[in-house]
Amino acid sequence: MGHQNFLKSLPYQKPFLFVDEILEINEVGVKGTYTFSENSDFYKGHFKDNPITPGVILTECCAQIGLVCLGVYLMQKATDFNLDDNNFQIGFSSSQMDFYKPVFPGEKVIVESKKIFFRFGKLKCGVKMYNTDRELLCKGELSGMLKVNKNA
Amino acid sequence: MNSEKYQKLKEIIALYLPEDVSVNDITEESHFINELNINSANLVDIILDVEDAFDIMLENEDMDQMQTVKSAVEIIETKLSNK
Repeated sequence: MGHQNFLKSLPYQKPFLFVDEILEINEVGVKGTYTFSENSDFYKGHFKDNPITPGVILTECCAQIGLVCLGVYLMQKATDFNLDDNNFQIGFSSSQMDFYKPVFPGEKVIVESKKIFFRFGKLKCGVKMYNTDRELLCKGELSGMLKVNKNA
Repeated sequence: MNSEKYQKLKEIIALYLPEDVSVNDITEESHFINELNINSANLVDIILDVEDAFDIMLENEDMDQMQTVKSAVEIIETKLSNK
């Protein structure tokens, strides 16, 4: 499966898609990138005259790459589920994040995620976000629920 | 109902109760999702804790059957007797 094809199947679109590219994906983890557009609306308000990417957006970026992309991949492996049918539901159930450095408009980030467990539809991952100089920007643990709608 | 297993299960469930449900609300007949207001993500946490606490392995079918506290105890007993 081509990694770029994979992105089209995600249930997100602009202005709330925070994945540009999947570099690696396998049973134990995923690595992907995103470049924060300087024109993103949230920079107008966070903060006034001092644009910095909000922590919730960094968390969302980690979740889309680290949890949703990996989760969809693992669900495909585990079932005969075809993601082109968009017959799945996802829900974010918990997050614990620590933030180390600010992320400015236009910055490219690399998210790396490692599976902690995937059982009974719940995926828990350890995620880390780096900049292109390999400096740690944030890290944490995220969990979510994934469900295939059998009769979709 | 085996009270030792029931008590152990109750202690696990208590960790995941939302604020509007107290540990005293738990009865054998309690439905995890409808009555104890436990969401599906926390129900998985309870099942994983049950596996560790009783040293058993549960399958997807077991989770589907674990609707109430009583059905959970029954599944735990079946798994333990098959060990």
